Amino acid sequence: MGANNCRAVKVIDIKALGLSSPGEEIVELKLEYPDWKPGWRAGQFVMIRPLSWPLDLVWGRPFSICNADDSSLTILFQVVGRGTERLMELKEGDKVNVWGPLGTFFSKPADRPVLMLAGGMGLAPFCGYVDTHSQPENLKLFFAHRPPLENYPYKNLSEKVEVEDIRETKPEDIQSIIARVEELVKEYAEKDGLVTACGPMPFLRTVWNAAKKYGADAELSLENRMACGVGACLGCVAKDDEGHHTQVCTTGPVFKATELSLEG
Amino acid sequence: MDMSVDFAGLKLKNPILTASGTFGFGLEFKRFGDLESLGGIVVKGLSLKPREGNPMPRIAETPCGMLNAIGIQNPGVEVFLKKKLPKLPWKTLPVLANLYATDATEFGELAGVLSGEEGVAALEVNVSCPNVKEGGIAFGQDPNQITKVAEAVKKNAGNKPVIIKLSPNVTDITVCAKAAEDGGADGLSLINTLSGMAVDIERRTPRLANVIGGLSGPAVKPVALRCVYQAVNAVSIPVMGLGGITTAEDAAEFLLVGAKAVQIGTGNFISPDTAFKVAEELPNVLERIKADSLDEFIGSLKLPL
Repeated sequence: MGANNCRAVKVIDIKALGLSSPGEEIVELKLEYPDWKPGWRAGQFVMIRPLSWPLDLVWGRPFSICNADDSSLTILFQVVGRGTERLMELKEGDKVNVWGPLGTFFSKPADRPVLMLAGGMGLAPFCGYVDTHSQPENLKLFFAHRPPLENYPYKNLSEKVEVEDIRETKPEDIQSIIARVEELVKEYAEKDGLVTACGPMPFLRTVWNAAKKYGADAELSLENRMACGVGACLGCVAKDDEGHHTQVCTTGPVFKATELSLEG
Repeated sequence: MDMSVDFAGLKLKNPILTASGTFGFGLEFKRFGDLESLGGIVVKGLSLKPREGNPMPRIAETPCGMLNAIGIQNPGVEVFLKKKLPKLPWKTLPVLANLYATDATEFGELAGVLSGEEGVAALEVNVSCPNVKEGGIAFGQDPNQITKVAEAVKKNAGNKPVIIKLSPNVTDITVCAKAAEDGGADGLSLINTLSGMAVDIERRTPRLANVIGGLSGPAVKPVALRCVYQAVNAVSIPVMGLGGITTAEDAAEFLLVGAKAVQIGTGNFISPDTAFKVAEELPNVLERIKADSLDEFIGSLKLPL
């Protein structure tokens, strides 16, 4: 038999973070480490599907690897639909099919400042990025979010790297977020830093536009609905710089900003 | 138990194949199992020229199934032959090409390009895609067109077996099955997806940019089984069954009604090792239900008197 990177692992822990209120439940799911060889890189993702799921839900669900070590794999999710609602029902000891690690990852250039731009659940890959980066003193995180900070694994990050955040509570806040993202991208372009970003499409579009405007070296992690996560279903495509469809799951999820077209 | 099967001259080590559009070019699944443990793979639909496919969103999950409207996005037959096929273990794993074109002449041309390729074991002809404006289902619902396409492909296919993939979106599947046989098809595969739709009541929009898509997954299995049963009894060429197979027991159901081989499609999305597991489990299932041999079991359905 060939290698099988699809494995059933047990739930170690599942907990809602912060003061969860409807629509703001952010859940940290800790699974046994699937014993990946040769390991994983921050920015990659996994597909997960609990073994107990009936055929009613046919797809696994894609999640960024939030963090992993020799004994565990952690993902973060927000309850947004029928899949994540059922994931919330998982209990310690339940078995979950995990396939991964999948896709591309954020680069870690030595001796260069790195700006991490996270929007909402886009915070997830940066937890692992910070923990696996050899020079955390070169990293800065800007975090735009709607639920309060305590709903995210933010405190831990703030103890390790320079952080800044804007909470969106009213429509005008979006303008402040856009303005600050632009400012920061410009600053990192000028000092030859790397800009990394993960978040919802409007947030990424802001980063993409700013990176283009200021000529910043930027890497963006896209998300999309996926059926397979491995490049077969062609349901998750984005437009590349030539306007061709390319799979987010295998060509991405992390793309160089210059390889993408996010217009629209 | 000997699991080998001869499908229209194609020697398969077992009757488990993967369905077009659900298994990429095979290489994507090397991390999840031994490709050579499968009876064969049918690669993503190929056209003469590259195709971008339909706008997003293209997929929607529905109860026990999914809708897709990918629109045959593919890099074109030349890229497949130059960059994908050489990486596949085609000497020990039958690789079936799936053909998409918009008219009989173009189908013939495409068959001609593939006919000389040693690494291509057989041609599966898609006359049933519901997600493209021209070709596909337009042919699939017209028996005369099915015959014409089968003739055009067969004429240019050299010694490659020609399998026509049929649509379930027809009044009488047996008419289409016979039309393919009349055109010289060496075998049939069915079913392609069922035409379907899903909407979002809050946004008041369709869930697919193409509005209508193709339904697949466990939800379609009873329809697929019925179609395969009817087709098997209407023609004398072998039939490959597909539609909602996720376990070895499901595969056995299709074999029981007379399919000589089966394909795993949406099951590959439920877990990327589904096809490998079905291939591994099938002999155990056949032994458990006391089948003497695969050959004896195929088509051994007992009907009420």
